[in-house]
Amino acid sequence: MEELLDILRELHPDVDFENCGNLIDGKILDSIDIVTLVAEIGDAFDVEVPAEELTPENFNSAQALWAMIQRLDEA
Amino acid sequence: MSFASTQFLAFFAALFLLYYAIPRRHQWKLLLAGSLFFYWFAGWWCLIYIGVTTVTTYLAGRKIAALAASQEEWLKAHRDELSKEERKARKAKDKSVRFRWMLGCLLVNFGILAVVKYANFVLGNVSALTVFFGGQPIPSLSLVLPMGISFYTFQAMGYLIDVYWGKCRAERNLGRFALFVTFFPQLIQGPISRFGELSRTLCGEHPWDSRQIAMGAERVLWGLAKKLIVADRLAIPLRALVSDPERYTGVYVLAVVFLYAVQLYADFTGGIDITIGAAQMLGVKVTENFQRPFFSKSAAEYWRRWHITMGTWFRDYLFYPMSVSRPILKLHQKCRNRFGRFGKHVGVHTCSIILWFVTGLWHGASWNFIVWGLLNGMVIIVSQELEPLYARFHARFPSLKGSRGWDLVQVARTFWLMGIIRVLDVYRDVPLTFRQLGTVFTALRPQTLWDGSFLELGIGAGDWLVAAAGAGAMLVCSLLGRREPVRVRLTRDHPQLAWGGCVLLALLTLVFGVYGIGFDATQFIYNQF
Repeated sequence: MEELLDILRELHPDVDFENCGNLIDGKILDSIDIVTLVAEIGDAFDVEVPAEELTPENFNSAQALWAMIQRLDEA
Repeated sequence: MSFASTQFLAFFAALFLLYYAIPRRHQWKLLLAGSLFFYWFAGWWCLIYIGVTTVTTYLAGRKIAALAASQEEWLKAHRDELSKEERKARKAKDKSVRFRWMLGCLLVNFGILAVVKYANFVLGNVSALTVFFGGQPIPSLSLVLPMGISFYTFQAMGYLIDVYWGKCRAERNLGRFALFVTFFPQLIQGPISRFGELSRTLCGEHPWDSRQIAMGAERVLWGLAKKLIVADRLAIPLRALVSDPERYTGVYVLAVVFLYAVQLYADFTGGIDITIGAAQMLGVKVTENFQRPFFSKSAAEYWRRWHITMGTWFRDYLFYPMSVSRPILKLHQKCRNRFGRFGKHVGVHTCSIILWFVTGLWHGASWNFIVWGLLNGMVIIVSQELEPLYARFHARFPSLKGSRGWDLVQVARTFWLMGIIRVLDVYRDVPLTFRQLGTVFTALRPQTLWDGSFLELGIGAGDWLVAAAGAGAMLVCSLLGRREPVRVRLTRDHPQLAWGGCVLLALLTLVFGVYGIGFDATQFIYNQF
């Protein structure tokens, strides 16, 4: 989880990712961030994030992202 | 059969009365019959095209869903026997089988669209090259574009991809699926609905609901007023301005930019109002396609608020899959530590350029649409890359950000920028468009605005006043409807005033609507796409 938070902080150093739950709905992450994030997640956790997982529910918070990474890893 | 025609009104009135007279369980069947009749009216041969799309998509969807169910069952049964890696490998293999079914169906349907819509464009360009090198011209094919093919193909393919992704169930009933593809109010100019959303109300049983019917009728009326009073009236001077570009230069070109923005907005949102209102009268909820787009403060925001369903279709089914594809991720890895900030965006910008090229092509098989799409993409990319500069600017002038004045500047900038790019759609000729825009700097002649020249463009002072009043009414409704549409608020809080307004609007539409030969209005602009 800490590694994911580091990736997120590198994208937006000013955002409190541990407590933010509206990264997409609040327009904090845009399409560039999402695609950058997918690439970084792939490198860091060795998981492929398929297009169908690019939903607001999966990207709205660090916790949701972490849950998605774990689910994809276990698949 | 245009929405703004007496034929459509007669067709809809008959269907509406029957719809609430028959047993509710048969309502969707009547809608299907009505939709097929509506489509048949455009030419019986159109039914063949939409029939092929419906049947192939239905069968592929069923097959993909059946494969997914059996594959999941097998995995469940053998879960304990397989290691994590083996399970992953098996899932990937299963997915590739489903992918091949989806790909086959996508190729058939996008192939049909490509042939009927783009074959002559490709042949025309090849022919021009052949002639350039001294060869013989290639004759074009005699192809007629089936009505609404871009809309229903995209809607059906969106459904198929959703089934493949497991985001929606595969419809079991061919008739119900056919209704989803052919539903007549949205057949010719969208919105491009998602199966998961539209199917919730499309095939349900709908008892008579006076409030919903009245609200739907109000919206149809509002759409007709926009179309007949404003859009079709402005179409007359616009035709004159575009038909003689040599004569109408300078300030006339700025007028084209402005008038076409208003005309297209009135035409397209008017058409969508009729679509959503007619569906609402039948108890069907169709998704919104506009969110006050001319109040956008950037090009990216504008495209989130204009033709929303097309934008989200391209985002979900083209941009995202492309962005997370292996070649783009590899490109991202190669570039992210080079070229500074821009390097991290190379992959996503590549996808944006492809996305906007395809968006342009979707609008029409000609270079003006392709250039239009690419220019939109370029504006969005440049804005994204200039963000650090904007941040520095706002750090220097902190009081500007969020102020009413600065917001207005941004809104006006976006309106004119989008409008200038949009005129490619009016002149339909790329060099001509740029030549015309150039005359704004070389031969502006602003006095033309007040010397009476604009009264010689096919409409008189009275018509200009009516168009201005109509456009003003649209602007006021947009401003007041920020949180809730004005007519919804009026109907709830002041029902008598709302009814009075409707009667007045109907009268105004009858008196001030522009009616062509045989009382058939001009075709909606988006029908051609």
